[in-house]
Amino acid sequence: MSSVKQILLTPLFENNPIALQILGVCSALAVTTQLSVTLVMCVALTTVTAFSNLFISMIRNHMPSSIRIIVQMTIIASLVIAVDQFLQAFAYEISKNLSVFVGLIITNCIVMGRAEAFAMKNPPGLSFLDGIGNGMGYSLVLVVVASVRELFGSGSLLGFQILPLIENGGWYQANGLMLLSPSAFFIIGFFIWALRSVKKDQVETREFRMASHSTEEGAF
Amino acid sequence: MSSKDSTKRTLIVAFSLCVVCSIVVSGTAVILKPMQDANRILDRNKNILSAAGLFDPQQDGDESVAERFSQFSTYVIDLNEQQVLGNEQLTQLQIDIDSYDQRLVINDPNYSEALERQEDVANIKRRVIYPMIYVVEEEEQIETIVVPISGYGLWGILYGFLALEGDANTVKGLAFYELKETPGLGAEVRNPRWTALWPGKKIYDEAGEVGLRVIKGQGTGDYQIDGLSGATLTSRGVDNLIQYWLGDDAYGPILAQLRETGL
Repeated sequence: MSSVKQILLTPLFENNPIALQILGVCSALAVTTQLSVTLVMCVALTTVTAFSNLFISMIRNHMPSSIRIIVQMTIIASLVIAVDQFLQAFAYEISKNLSVFVGLIITNCIVMGRAEAFAMKNPPGLSFLDGIGNGMGYSLVLVVVASVRELFGSGSLLGFQILPLIENGGWYQANGLMLLSPSAFFIIGFFIWALRSVKKDQVETREFRMASHSTEEGAF
Repeated sequence: MSSKDSTKRTLIVAFSLCVVCSIVVSGTAVILKPMQDANRILDRNKNILSAAGLFDPQQDGDESVAERFSQFSTYVIDLNEQQVLGNEQLTQLQIDIDSYDQRLVINDPNYSEALERQEDVANIKRRVIYPMIYVVEEEEQIETIVVPISGYGLWGILYGFLALEGDANTVKGLAFYELKETPGLGAEVRNPRWTALWPGKKIYDEAGEVGLRVIKGQGTGDYQIDGLSGATLTSRGVDNLIQYWLGDDAYGPILAQLRETGL
């Protein structure tokens, strides 16, 4: 049982796909201006990762290694199209907001990464859980980023006004930067900083050390 | 070489995978298509209603859309001939008014045309020759006319609807439903406080030219709208699209016709 729990929970903090592996950052920048849109994106990505892991793991022993990547891509792409079609049918407003980013789950490195790194070597059940776990790890970061961006960028959370805006007669001047993609870089950076301050083992070893200033005597 | 890596095996796996995946993809697409179409039409009708000030997305639910939209009659017009198309012409053009979507035929040479540089004031490059307009009539009198509009802002084309009173001159409302403008700056064209400036403004001046302008600073009188601060290019884009779509090359003559003789 402990391995199941481990597979589900390590991607949250110990081995977060965004914070530690720095994968899937592009969609984290693009779909995090509104929390509601972000939540749907998270569900979509978790579903795709879980099921692509499941199916790839099911046929892993029959997969010729020469076309391995193409087979994985085909399965992932089919799942993403199916998810996109479902969103257009059942959550039209949000699918309009997500526009191309649902389609871009195909190229999300987390999905490919887990398929190649985990599903190719593990049985279907565990692979499915690994997909869910990594989807949750991705979701955790996105939800944090989106909460900060929506709260300070539009003064609301999930569409409910929390900080009344000056434009509408309140006191809060919305921070326009939060609505633009670069702000997500800062927030993800702060998230990683906070995470690595608590979990020191995630800090990478230095590749080089800055030399101290040399004195005039030493230079000549 | 193990058996699973043989050429024959590779081809079999590739082929069966393609068959299974294509069935899954086409299956979901076909099964869900009716719901997606219904969503698209619901969304369009909602946008038309909000332009006419008959729908507030914050308060009204989706279920009220169908009933409120039923008072609208839909017409297809011909921008080159400047006339409202009758049933015969629609059959000739193979336009089914219930499923026709003018956004989908924008690249179809049978239904749309490229615009010359100098006449393309709104910078949209192509236009649909047969757009749909939506009219509310009460006892033979036109109450509301809603026309689709589009024009280039700062980052991309803005799509929306403009609603006019029955005199085909007074603005009733404006709503953009799709844009790529900067959030907080250009995207404020959707802010209810800005769109509230539009109702009551007049479009055509005494000479019959489009007099309505989006200007910098405080707009006064019947023909001026305040531009959005910090969004000069988006404001200019909205100004351009008003000049274009209500001018002589687009809806101008049709609106004049409606004003004088009705439908």
